[in-house]
Amino acid sequence: MSLFKTLTEKPWERKGVIGGLNPEGAFESPPERVALGFFLTIASVIFSMFGVSYVIRMSLPDWEPLAEPSQLWLNTGLLVISSVLFQWARNTANAGKQKNLMTAFIGGGVFALLFIAGQMLTWEGLQASGFYVASNPANSFFYLLTGLHVAHLLGGLWVWSKSSIRLISGSKPEDVRLSIELCTVYWHFLLIIWLIIFAILSNT
Amino acid sequence: MALAVVIFLLVIGSVIFHFASPWWFTDIAADWGSIDFTINITFWVTGFVFIACNLFLAYCVYKFRQKDGHKAVYEPENHKLEVGLSAITTIGVVAMLAPGLFVWASIVTPPDNATEFEAMGQQWQWAFRYPGADGIMGYADTQLVTETNPFGVNVEDPNGQDDIIVTGPEMHLPLDKPVKALLRSNDVLHNFTVPQFRVKMDLVPGMISYIWFEPNKAGRYDIMCEELCGIGHFVMRGAVVIETQAEYDVWLAAQPTFAETQAVAAANPAAGQAQYAVCAACHGAQGEGNQALNGPKLAGQQAWYIERQLKHFKEGVRGGEGDTNGQAMAPMANMLADDAAVRNMAAYIASMPDTPATPTITGADVANGAIIYDRNCAACHLDNGDGTWYTDAPKLAGMSDWYFVTQISNFRAGIRGLHPKDDYGEQMVGMSTAMSGLEEIEDVAAFINTLR
Amino acid sequence: MAYVPLADQDSEMEMHHPHSWVTKYVWSQDHKVIAIQYGGLAIAVGVVALVLSLLMRMQLGFPETFDLIDPSSYYQSVTMHGMIMVVYMLTALLLGGFGNYLIPLMCGARDMVFPFLNMLSVWVYALSVLILMSSFFVSGGPTGAGWTLYPPQTSMAGTPGHDMGIVLMLLSLAVFIVAFTMGGLNYVTTILQYRCRGLTMMRLPLTVWGIFIATILGLFAFPALLVSAIMMLFDMLLGTSFFMPAVIESGTPLDHNGGSPILFQHLFWFFGHPEVYIVALPAFGLVSDVLSTHARKNIFGYRMMVWAIIAIGGLSFIVWAHHMYVSGMHPYFGFFFATTTLIIAVPTALKVYNWVLTLWEGDIRLNAPMYFAIGFIFTFIHGGLTGLFLGNVVIDLPLSDTYFVVAHFHMVMGVSPVLVIFAALYHWYPKVTGRMFHEGMAKAHFWCTFLGTYAIYLPMHYLGFLGVPRRYYAMGSTDFIPASAQDLNVVITYAALFVGAAQLLFFINIFWSLRNGEKAGPNPWGSASLEWQTPDTPPAHGNWGDELPTVYRWAYDYSVPGAHEDFIPQNVPESDEPTADEQHFDPDHDESKADA
Repeated sequence: MSLFKTLTEKPWERKGVIGGLNPEGAFESPPERVALGFFLTIASVIFSMFGVSYVIRMSLPDWEPLAEPSQLWLNTGLLVISSVLFQWARNTANAGKQKNLMTAFIGGGVFALLFIAGQMLTWEGLQASGFYVASNPANSFFYLLTGLHVAHLLGGLWVWSKSSIRLISGSKPEDVRLSIELCTVYWHFLLIIWLIIFAILSNT
Repeated sequence: MALAVVIFLLVIGSVIFHFASPWWFTDIAADWGSIDFTINITFWVTGFVFIACNLFLAYCVYKFRQKDGHKAVYEPENHKLEVGLSAITTIGVVAMLAPGLFVWASIVTPPDNATEFEAMGQQWQWAFRYPGADGIMGYADTQLVTETNPFGVNVEDPNGQDDIIVTGPEMHLPLDKPVKALLRSNDVLHNFTVPQFRVKMDLVPGMISYIWFEPNKAGRYDIMCEELCGIGHFVMRGAVVIETQAEYDVWLAAQPTFAETQAVAAANPAAGQAQYAVCAACHGAQGEGNQALNGPKLAGQQAWYIERQLKHFKEGVRGGEGDTNGQAMAPMANMLADDAAVRNMAAYIASMPDTPATPTITGADVANGAIIYDRNCAACHLDNGDGTWYTDAPKLAGMSDWYFVTQISNFRAGIRGLHPKDDYGEQMVGMSTAMSGLEEIEDVAAFINTLR
Repeated sequence: MAYVPLADQDSEMEMHHPHSWVTKYVWSQDHKVIAIQYGGLAIAVGVVALVLSLLMRMQLGFPETFDLIDPSSYYQSVTMHGMIMVVYMLTALLLGGFGNYLIPLMCGARDMVFPFLNMLSVWVYALSVLILMSSFFVSGGPTGAGWTLYPPQTSMAGTPGHDMGIVLMLLSLAVFIVAFTMGGLNYVTTILQYRCRGLTMMRLPLTVWGIFIATILGLFAFPALLVSAIMMLFDMLLGTSFFMPAVIESGTPLDHNGGSPILFQHLFWFFGHPEVYIVALPAFGLVSDVLSTHARKNIFGYRMMVWAIIAIGGLSFIVWAHHMYVSGMHPYFGFFFATTTLIIAVPTALKVYNWVLTLWEGDIRLNAPMYFAIGFIFTFIHGGLTGLFLGNVVIDLPLSDTYFVVAHFHMVMGVSPVLVIFAALYHWYPKVTGRMFHEGMAKAHFWCTFLGTYAIYLPMHYLGFLGVPRRYYAMGSTDFIPASAQDLNVVITYAALFVGAAQLLFFINIFWSLRNGEKAGPNPWGSASLEWQTPDTPPAHGNWGDELPTVYRWAYDYSVPGAHEDFIPQNVPESDEPTADEQHFDPDHDESKADA
């Protein structure tokens, strides 16, 4: 039923039970997925607010572009691998298979940790070359955006670690399927966010 | 039932209140009658809607209140009625908005013949700059601000040399000439408002905002800051005098140019020393002060403050009614013939060795004084009581505590600070209410005694 | 996608039934307990903010007489009063309190979708309140930068609480946003996914619609505040220059350069304006249901009311800069934002018309909740109309930053939502506690609040016309404010003290009635919406006993022609509709349950 049709119906003219067991207009997904959808929208709003601030601040005269270290390419690769592994885990779990599930899921998280370590190395490298957080707004935004992205990853890793523990302690694939699916969606989202951040940072 | 009657009476009462009210916009003194016109349109449209809607509401409550045997009518919606009401509302909105947008178009486009001036705000005072003979204002930057260059005008910029500098809070403008105010701030957000001109605009540090108007009524009007700018927000006042072009020209010619303010000859402390002998009788040979003779300690006080106060005594700004000791200072200050002599004296006093005065206040509540000082005084006089030219705040630490008590008492009593030429005295009249009475004044003095 | 259908989920649903006093009343996962915790805490901080406002009024009314506050604490009171009332009181009470209580009941759900997250939400909210309150006790006290927290002032020496106070404020806001997000995800997901069988979106009471859209606004608007708070903390603690230009602090240049204070204002108001509707939309919803129930009439033009809520919600994101007409932003923005702002007047006016038209040809029971609801219509008309002054950029020029603004927003988002909150508290009190409140005391409370607040704010508009600037600790002498303006200030202060004291009636009433009120029964108002059809009153944990309800009609079947009673509950099937010739309809005897 389309949104327009929903909103234009005259509820006082429709009596009786409408719809099946599920409420009409509800998403055909578990509520956790719906909530994650909203959360990802909120996170997108946060990142786009920073994006808008970045563009506005960039137009002010004291902006000196920052030359992004090439290490970011390596880090990006790590995050891509992480996402791919999560997708593999998701596919495995959806197929109800046990084999490789643990490898893929835990591997995905480990690569995310490697990405974070890489990001921290990048920061240290920048600090060592004298690019401090307050040196220039471009630097400030670099630390802010990458830091915020890492903070989101850490939040995801917290859920990942809980699911991993369940997986290690022998939960069946169908029990952790939802967790794995949500983690995977979240990881893909953060990969996309990272690619956007990376594109903005390296093109300005 | 009662509710219907009360709503009816509230509507009638509001209308009566409006027509009986002596409180309305202050008389307009600039060429922005069009703003008042749009206000009137909106006032009548909304006033009509207010009366109509609420009277109808009162009628409904009265007519359809619950009665025995009465039943509500079942009517889910009436689309035509709703669409009709929306259409009428839209018409009303357009009637209010359209003239507003036209007037706004003229507010945002200053006419080509508007002359410029700069209003600069900082915590918590106004200063003004005019472009001078060349009609161009010199480049200025907050990062160049110093005590002798409070606007931060770039000394290299030839356009800035003839800029007229007005450091006091009173400015002048000619009658019936459009002017464009360029607004700049050295610290926080401020707002340039003259209620009689109807327009206002924020001063934003790091950028220049503007507003334009054409004063059309001679007089002296308050300039208010209407953007919260810190604890002294409510005492940040200026004034604009609107006068004929001829009067304005005379006034402008009497103000120094930027080059002149930079070329002031260095003060000569030795000349000041020669004249200090008279002062020594009461203030002590080393400016250490003498309570018995009501002479406060001078040594250690900042030169700009001594200079300003000597001028105030000379001009009768201080030493008015009720201030007997101040009255005694007037003839003394008059012995300094001109501005140069005053400056020399101030320079000499500033060069005296500074030994903190002996505290005379005992038994006061230092902790309470500390709270009051930190909350209210430190913003201008600084945490260490040293004071700064930037906020027009003299040094308090190590100065005569008894003098502090009499002066604060004078501010509170309106003896000091209310003279129209005492530019920043009124700020202290406002701020001194932070101390409830003599006891708390002494608490603060006792706390200041610990700052040394 | 193996999605477990709701009905199955119900039978499997593990209810975390409380085992001890602590899990029942403290770490409770029951939405009703959480609602009361949210509401109680919000009202408690609201009282703190009320006291702050009375301190300010004492200073303004009798500047020479009282020595209660100095300039510093005046600005701190201004700031804390504003922030507490808008965020920690109104937002928390309307969404955390009413949202939590009513959403599951009105949706026919057992609880929120994520009860544990819901419990976390209220305790994280409590933490944010604790952090905020702690700023009263740190060196320098709470921030006095105004609730808008504009940089660069917030972190500079001339502002009270510029070191610890502002950091705690920003921290507290960040924590609040986390709490709100946890609650908000619950509300929207519950409304979308946990409605009971037959309950379509268009059958929901407007309360749920208001809370639903307001929550979505909150979820998308609070990030802007979070972003600005983070950047401001960076500026203050790490020395960056996002918002900080080159400035001089007490004569010393600071180590910042090039930042844009106006950027902060854009971010702040991108949150701040939707925030107005985060407060207003739930109030719109609640008052619609109170009006409809007690007028014994369906809410007039339900569809238009829903569309208006959605339209207002959408428009609220493109009007923010009307708070910034005199901020120094590019003046051409004024054209756009004045237009969008005045467009919002149309759906808002339509809501007012429909409220009044709901009364038209109704059978209006003039009891205490209805008094408050009708009082709301009056104050909201007043406050809404003055908004047309301020939204019109030209008129805003003389009036902005004067008491006209103060009077306007107190009328429209102070008095009006508070009247709705009281209407709603009295209206749902019998369901929450099982007892009736004292009607006479509630009416006395209404008269004092309604007339008292009008005595405060009507004259205040005229101070604004005079040009009296807001946020002034004392006026000093001016050439445009007549001495008589002080008389108005005195009247306003007396009225404010009176209204403040009158709120005792409310507290006495709700506590006295807990023990002494008449037993209310399950549905004392004869209300058609679902929350009144619970098997137990107050509703037990799980709300619906053995089986979830099934809904056969919208929430507004009042005075349906041919029906015996003047209301038909949502869960009564069409076939069971009692007709005039049937004997008596007993809401307790609900055969619909047998069908399901």
